[in-house]
Amino acid sequence: MLNHIRPALTLVVVLTALTGLAYPLAISGIAQAVMPAMANGSLIERDGKIIGSALIGQAFTSDRYFWPRPSATGPDTYNAAASSGSNLGTTSVKLTERVTGDVARLTAAGIAQPVPADAVTTSGSGLDPHVSPTFAEAQVARVATARGLEPATVAALVAQHVENPDFSVIGEARVNVLELNLALDALKM
Amino acid sequence: MTIVGWLQISLLFLAVLFVIKPLGLYMARVFSGERTFLSPVLGRLERDLYRVSGINPEKEQSWLGYTLAMLAFSLTGFLALYAMLRLQAYLPLNPQGFPGVPSDLAFNTAVSFVTNTNWQNYGGESTLSHFSQMAGLTVQNFLSAATGMALAVAITRAFARSKVATLGNFWVDMTKATLYVLLPLAIVVALAFVAMGLPQTLDASVTATTLEGANQVISLGPVASQEAIKQLGTNGGGFFNVNAAHPFENPTAWSNYLNIFAMLSISAALVYSFGQMVGNRRQGWALISAMAFLLIAGVAVTYWAEAQGNTILTAIGVDPALGNMEGKEVRFGQAMTALYAAVTTGLSDGGVNGMLGSLTGLGGLVPMFLMQLGEVLPGGVGSGLYGMLVFALLAVFVAGLMVGRTPEFLGKKIEGREMKFAMLAVLILPLVILGFTAVSAMLPFAVASVGTAGPHGLSEILYAYTSAAGNNGSAFGGLTGNTVWYNTTLGIAMLLGRFAYVVPVMAIAGSLAAKVKSPASAGTFPTDGPLFVGLLIGIILILGGLQFLPALVLGPVVEHFAMLAGQTF
Repeated sequence: MLNHIRPALTLVVVLTALTGLAYPLAISGIAQAVMPAMANGSLIERDGKIIGSALIGQAFTSDRYFWPRPSATGPDTYNAAASSGSNLGTTSVKLTERVTGDVARLTAAGIAQPVPADAVTTSGSGLDPHVSPTFAEAQVARVATARGLEPATVAALVAQHVENPDFSVIGEARVNVLELNLALDALKM
Repeated sequence: MTIVGWLQISLLFLAVLFVIKPLGLYMARVFSGERTFLSPVLGRLERDLYRVSGINPEKEQSWLGYTLAMLAFSLTGFLALYAMLRLQAYLPLNPQGFPGVPSDLAFNTAVSFVTNTNWQNYGGESTLSHFSQMAGLTVQNFLSAATGMALAVAITRAFARSKVATLGNFWVDMTKATLYVLLPLAIVVALAFVAMGLPQTLDASVTATTLEGANQVISLGPVASQEAIKQLGTNGGGFFNVNAAHPFENPTAWSNYLNIFAMLSISAALVYSFGQMVGNRRQGWALISAMAFLLIAGVAVTYWAEAQGNTILTAIGVDPALGNMEGKEVRFGQAMTALYAAVTTGLSDGGVNGMLGSLTGLGGLVPMFLMQLGEVLPGGVGSGLYGMLVFALLAVFVAGLMVGRTPEFLGKKIEGREMKFAMLAVLILPLVILGFTAVSAMLPFAVASVGTAGPHGLSEILYAYTSAAGNNGSAFGGLTGNTVWYNTTLGIAMLLGRFAYVVPVMAIAGSLAAKVKSPASAGTFPTDGPLFVGLLIGIILILGGLQFLPALVLGPVVEHFAMLAGQTF
């Protein structure tokens, strides 16, 4: 056993330097030099201020904006410093109570039943940037009224922001809520 | 289920199928000590490493010497990682100023990464400094995977060689696995990940002002480099708490493909390397077919169950068209989440792109059952291959009993000693999983950790010990695992699942290497044809089913019927 101590110690130290420092630092260097936008989190700026990341969802509660999915992060929803899903099982009473409340909230906001599944379920990350096209379309009337816009104008904007699967196969149809809301703000200006 | 969904799933398997042969042949060359296209670049570094470590690469080890070297290396890695986590506050690259990790959590995390489990009782972005993530976790992502590959190669040699006392040199195999296989692939995959949107920075976070005027702190870090080796090494420990469900670990359908492709490729190709090294490529394909059959069946059941949706929610006004969306991301949908869940547990990866604890009863049964089958579909890098070989030995033994001849596998006679060690290895899983689950289900403070009452609560506990003993690392996350009880017992389960399994397997290897490799005769049961594949699948299902079915019925199956009856807990 003793003759194994030297190789064990040396290899742990040297391979730590190689795989734990040289490798990630080299990748960081290349990434920052060649692809800085992606390497820094695909941030979106407006008027020189960072308003979020194209990949990370954010909370919207106002009627003037499209709403994202519910989020299970704490203490606030869409907390991008502490990702979390609800982890509730299908037979959880907490889940049914929460969904019952959300279905009622959406019905009051003019969304017909049955509501789209993504509209009342929390995502795995709690940071899902997307909603289904169905959920986005169901919000058009509410947003148009709140902004005093023609529903057709808002519906056209939603249609523009539907991302379809690549080659009709890879990926799911989805709408990036932050990008849609940014376009909505740009519309009035 | 949709045709497009099945197309998405098929494309992934096709891609892996194409890479099995070239990657398998490459690894066979590497571990046979032949020159490869990377030798001019890495040969010098490799020789220098042996020199400073005092290793004579020509000197081979017996099964015991090989195993002891592996244990010494794992122990050193564990101590280094444990110390690093405890002393995190005093080490560099800690921009958030995180304190040292408490002793029970540090024990659990260090064991978790050294055993290639990567169970996460910590939330990465809220507990660990960049230094701990890079110099601690990323390193063990490489080394624990390289250790698994080395062991698989040693066992392969036991079948390839005739009447020898040695199985190779652990230090050489582990170093080659790191330098020639894992590191070059990790560099390519990490850069591809950055191009797909994974962050790679030493900054800790950025604060955004949202459209509604709130502050959103967005955690960043060297994500791409860790994600790459996390998948290639079938480790599965994510940079973030929610693993590859996090948009920064897995932003698009393409990154999702690359995640699954990266975790599946090496394990599957290593089975081909086995065939190549023992001089029977058809044997490699036979094992791969058995693995693929069970894995695809697992994907199908989960996909079907999840696409139905949660009938309790359907009854309160939720449209089931999108399926069960709780814990899932819109960009992945049902097919790609089901594929990820089955592959991550058929392997010993344990990364997730949706929350497994929110799967339906039957949808969640599959990942649990795939782990309980021993994670051989195709399993962790290395560990899957040697797990599958144990099942192959059991299969030829059963075949031998049926026809009344001495069983043989690849020209090696399988006798009492090998069978005793094989049974010792396969019995460790049920002992650890069912034993700890039973004890936890009796202890009020352990039961208090469950997140959902009723049958799902039992599933959460059963899943935790299954995942730990199988060195998987995925979780039914409702369970609050970060308690002294779970940190400690899950840590012990991980240690037993890795080392109490592999030591008997290495003893088998030692005993087989010493035997004569006799040529096949007319009376030899062919182990590279469909009959053997069917028998092997049967053995795996019967063993797994007999051991775990009662527990699975009490957990996920009851949950399924409770859901259909509209019963909540």
